[in-house]
Amino acid sequence: MNLLIGDYGHLCVIISFFAALLASYGYFEAAKENQLNNKSWLVFSRIAFAIHALSVFGIVATLFAIIYTHRYEYHYAWSHSSNHLPVYYMISCFWEGQEGSFLLWIFWHAILGIILIKVNNKWEAPVMSIFMLVQAFLASMIIGVVIPYLNTKIGSSPFILMKESMPDLPVFQMRPDFIAEDGNGLNPLLQNYWMVIHPPTLFLGFALTIVPFAYCMAGMWKGWTKEWIRPALPWALLGGVVLGTGIMMGAYWAYETLNFGGYWNWDPVENAVYIPWLILIAAIHLMISYKNSGTALRAAVIMVTLAFLLVLYATFLTRSGVLGNSSVHSFTDLGLSGQLGLYLITFTVLAAILIIRAWSSMEDTQKESSVYSREFWMFIGVAFLSLASFQVLIMTSMPVFNMIAGWFGIDLAAAPPSSPETFYSYWQMGFAFFIAILSGMGQFFWWKKIDSKQLWDALYLPIILSLCFTTLIILLGVLDAYKGEEINMYVKIGYILLIAASLFSIFSNIMIFVKVIKNNYRLTGGAIAHIGMAMMFIGILFSAGYSKIVSLNTTGLLYSKEFSEDVNRDNLLLFRDTPEKMKDLQLVYKGQRIEVKGYGGYVNKDWIFPTEDPYKVILRKDIKEKEVVVFHKGDTLETNPENTFYEVAYIKETGDTFKLFPRIQQNPKMGSVVSPDIKHFATRDLYSHLSAIPLNPDERDWSPVETYSIKLNDTIFINDYVCVFKHVDVLHAVPGVNLGENDFSIVAHLMLLGENGQAYPIHPNLVILADQGASGAIPEMNEELGVKISLEKVKPESDEFVFSVQTCQKDYIIIKAIEKPGINILWIGTLMVIIGLAMAMFRRYREFVAMRDKGQEIA
Amino acid sequence: MKASYIILLVVIAVAVAIIFSSTGSASEYVDFAQAEKLAQEGDNEMVHVVGSLVKDASGQYVGMSYNPGIDPNHFEFILKDTKGREQKVLYFQPKPQDFEKAEQIVIIGHAKAGVFVANKILMKCPSKYEDKEIKI
Repeated sequence: MNLLIGDYGHLCVIISFFAALLASYGYFEAAKENQLNNKSWLVFSRIAFAIHALSVFGIVATLFAIIYTHRYEYHYAWSHSSNHLPVYYMISCFWEGQEGSFLLWIFWHAILGIILIKVNNKWEAPVMSIFMLVQAFLASMIIGVVIPYLNTKIGSSPFILMKESMPDLPVFQMRPDFIAEDGNGLNPLLQNYWMVIHPPTLFLGFALTIVPFAYCMAGMWKGWTKEWIRPALPWALLGGVVLGTGIMMGAYWAYETLNFGGYWNWDPVENAVYIPWLILIAAIHLMISYKNSGTALRAAVIMVTLAFLLVLYATFLTRSGVLGNSSVHSFTDLGLSGQLGLYLITFTVLAAILIIRAWSSMEDTQKESSVYSREFWMFIGVAFLSLASFQVLIMTSMPVFNMIAGWFGIDLAAAPPSSPETFYSYWQMGFAFFIAILSGMGQFFWWKKIDSKQLWDALYLPIILSLCFTTLIILLGVLDAYKGEEINMYVKIGYILLIAASLFSIFSNIMIFVKVIKNNYRLTGGAIAHIGMAMMFIGILFSAGYSKIVSLNTTGLLYSKEFSEDVNRDNLLLFRDTPEKMKDLQLVYKGQRIEVKGYGGYVNKDWIFPTEDPYKVILRKDIKEKEVVVFHKGDTLETNPENTFYEVAYIKETGDTFKLFPRIQQNPKMGSVVSPDIKHFATRDLYSHLSAIPLNPDERDWSPVETYSIKLNDTIFINDYVCVFKHVDVLHAVPGVNLGENDFSIVAHLMLLGENGQAYPIHPNLVILADQGASGAIPEMNEELGVKISLEKVKPESDEFVFSVQTCQKDYIIIKAIEKPGINILWIGTLMVIIGLAMAMFRRYREFVAMRDKGQEIA
Repeated sequence: MKASYIILLVVIAVAVAIIFSSTGSASEYVDFAQAEKLAQEGDNEMVHVVGSLVKDASGQYVGMSYNPGIDPNHFEFILKDTKGREQKVLYFQPKPQDFEKAEQIVIIGHAKAGVFVANKILMKCPSKYEDKEIKI
């Protein structure tokens, strides 16, 4: 038991907290004007910051060392890691637990702090003062100190021991120095490469929202009420890119790993990040609007502040346990909800005071924007973005309203909507329609105000083009392609309007792009991002609105006729090797597969023997790759016993075939995860997953044992199959069994004849340990036919062999397959938004650097 | 009237519409008795019922049946709501994974003809995040 390393880590946490406070105070003093010792305060604060940053890196290193060396005396290592966890997933342990995710957030802040100190001159002191105050609050979330007398716990430390976290375990009474041999393991959901990069990206996005906020607050405080915009804008854009990328990575992960059939589920945890992202995008537009024409400064201040506060609110929602029943994947309460609430309230009040103080000095230079100005339309676009965010916020906050009502003794009992997809989608579709139109129009007011004649000259081409293409789409019947449930007429009209608006945005932004790129390619970021956004709208519309279940069960019997309108037939049962028809495809379930180390493909589970160690299997057949033998019969291979893949062949009428391998990950401690396998086509995806977990052989209903005493070449009937006893061999080596010199094994070769005349060899073993006078049967099972045979005894006196036979239902899976048209448009659009925003960020950063180097940071 | 005031009015109007639509679309947490009453009154809105599974003396789950060989899209079980009332629930989907492990089950659907037809099932498995058992 190593207590030192944890003490070292905890010490780092405490140092980082106090160093953050000192740095914040030091920068506060350094930011004061007319003070003689500004310079020395600045040096003091930088040293405090350096100590803080070093101790943050110390915490990360210590925690990683504890996880890496499997020190299960520490609760964090025990509850999130295990002996068999590969190193690259050990990083994911950081964000499985709450303490680790706060640590990740703090870590990003430390990195951002270094950059902020480096790039700023005048802004350093006031910005860092605000920044480090936020950081101190975050550090307090993992400090894990109980205040004496008050008996209040502050923060939750990642370095607590098992003994401290679960003192009631009986084992600690008997053996106080007990250390668990293996950890609890990482949630199977997180064992995915997207889960290695998605949380850090998202947390970097969270961390980035604080930078524009800190600039804005510093500006309010120092009276630089408009000057903060220039340095804050590139950061806001970077935040928009990173947070947006993080959200879409999460969406892609959900699409690929979870089985809810899509990339977005309107789960409160997803909504909690979507809300601040929309506000951040709105804030960016207002900041640009102010830079261009000096309007909407107050609105920009409010939006930048809101984006940060909503990130805090998102943290509060997902971390405080308030979501309770309404979300499947929020974190459990660590008793920190009060602290999180306090954090949220403190910064709301602080921001409100600073904004109100500076309010009167933020008069708009221009009183009223003309209807023909770019700013006017941008402002309306911002209003729609905010309303879209507000709509999601209200519904997602229902559990908070329940809680508040509960304080007053009212039982609201409001639950999330029973069909969130339609509730959220219809509203958001309406907003998307206006946002698409505005994004197409606003871009035309490029340099100056124009009048109605010029406006029409610019707009008629994209309008005509989008109307033509929309008509074409309608005539081609793309919108009727859905053959399942009939789409409501109003919904269809909504779809048509959204397609027309998105196409308009695409065409008009292409025109802008062509015009701008001739002068300066650096200015094309906006046009690219808007084209991408409109493509995302179209991609979402088709992949979600026209997603179609293709695995319709047309043969199954119906249990109950009275519920006919509620019944669905979405899932299909496939017996192994029995083809089923599905739309224009034929499906055949081929059997279970596993992955082994050192081989790229899947290995048939029937070709391996399990061993005592679940992570090792013995091969029963040579594995070939391109006719070259990679592994030999009898080799011991490494595998991950949690994963089973189910090979399903899809045979098209035209003859070409593809195979999908949907997966089931079974973790004995944390339950099972069903993951789809996706076949990508240019125009659509075929997405398919198992919709029920197949039972393990020992969980099935096996028939009572029947015993047969038969001679060579005798025939018996098992499960209605003919079974012939072919011959017998004596072996002196059996894979996985240690045989002594006089020991041997008798193997019986039986042949089962399947329904379609296919022959299935099956060979049970009887191991004879001659020296010990013992014997043991190694039964063999054919899952496909549902037959288990073991050779029990040999009767030399009558030349008879005694077999015991058990049968059960044939191996089957239940599968659901969904077609998602147009999903690639969504992914391409996402990439374009990312590229466009990144280009805009670099452009704005160059502007900031140019002014700074002229010594005009605050001008 | 200035354009900005018109915009402000429109924004407020939409915001009010959002609030009304949210309170209107929000479902409700009810028990089986309330769900039945709502259905009898002709209210077709789906509701949430929170409950747990029923076990008999030998630890077997009562009334749970899933026979994929006959119909893979039919699963039925008995749920005991927070008031202690037991009710048969039909779910026209395959049996959810780890169903028996769930400590608490939330079903979303409506009462109908003496049973509860669930469209969605949410399961709370605290073990997913915090496992209090330890292997020695």
